[in-house]
Amino acid sequence: MGAQLRVYRSRIKAVQGTKKITRAFELIAASRMVKAQQRTAASAPYARAITRAVSAVATYSNEDHPLTTEKREVTRAAMLLVTSDRGLAGAYSSNVIKEGERLAELLRGEGKEVVPFIAGRKGSSYYRFRRRSVAAEWAGFSDAPQFEHAKEIADALIDAFLRPTEEGGVDEIHVVSTRFVNMVTQTPEVVRLLPLEVVEGDEPPAPDDVLPLYEFEPSAAAVLDALLPKYVESRIFNALLQSAASELAARQRAMKSATDNAEELIKRYTRLANTARQSEITQEISEIVGGANALADASASA
Amino acid sequence: MPLQVELVSADRKVWSGEASMVIARTVEGDLGILPGHAPVLAVLASGELKIRPTSGDQITVTAEGGFLSVEHDRVTVVSDMAAVASGSTAN
Repeated sequence: MGAQLRVYRSRIKAVQGTKKITRAFELIAASRMVKAQQRTAASAPYARAITRAVSAVATYSNEDHPLTTEKREVTRAAMLLVTSDRGLAGAYSSNVIKEGERLAELLRGEGKEVVPFIAGRKGSSYYRFRRRSVAAEWAGFSDAPQFEHAKEIADALIDAFLRPTEEGGVDEIHVVSTRFVNMVTQTPEVVRLLPLEVVEGDEPPAPDDVLPLYEFEPSAAAVLDALLPKYVESRIFNALLQSAASELAARQRAMKSATDNAEELIKRYTRLANTARQSEITQEISEIVGGANALADASASA
Repeated sequence: MPLQVELVSADRKVWSGEASMVIARTVEGDLGILPGHAPVLAVLASGELKIRPTSGDQITVTAEGGFLSVEHDRVTVVSDMAAVASGSTAN
């Protein structure tokens, strides 16, 4: 076997190995994605119930709460960046990081200092590589976030928000995450989390309507106190779940195109190998024929 | 008219169905809800929550904090951690 042919055969083998791996990744991502979508759907009743309750309090009482009040002077803004822990997901992480950079640029343009909070190893390493300081980072749950993780992040963010600015607190909090639109489209988006903009009930009550008089146990302020952190938690949980579904969708797509590319490469190398084999055979035949002719000529002239 | 009860925790819907009475432990003491109750929003303490469905046995739920809202005979119980301790889980 010629050297050329051997090289092609070994390349085909290597690409076949890679193809098997990417195919397996694709299937894993696909099955996890279904799960992630189900979990997103399962968390919807909780989010809906909390949103209803918050808008009920906002509509039927005149309570002010630290989490809903705009600060007069905004000097420090926190940014929660939701990225993935692992790569091989196409442009997923770099898209969301880019969106974060844009937001940071915008905030700095408004004269605000940006305090990054980062979920996911990819975001952490991006910041570490550029030697930027990070207020807090979390990792290890990007493709299957639990509610406890959302709670942990929410606690840290609310804590930072309630601390005075001089003591390292922040005046507003933005979340940069990826929204799962469908299997093909996942868009990075920015949401301002705190101070909360409470969306009031869908239908504003007419002036002559008798408002259902809510009773608050023990008081409207206490109810709001208990509700708002939960609202923040559920918003963050939702962002994490959507990002997880997006990550898995992006990974599935990236791995699918990697598998397709591998197939393409195998095809091309097979063709090249065939050509190499054929030309080897042709050369051997012409050598034999040439040799035989030379022998025949030699014996004829003798 | 029975109460429409929905019990949700952070990651899933735990129970939903019709009930004739709901008893919950709020931070100010036990609160019983019967059909026709005035709209209320209450903060729950950790403890047991009892639901008496229109059919079947009483359901006891352990809830750790959260809140309960009532409006127009719709009862929504929201808790980070809620689990059915006894009674049927079928709805």
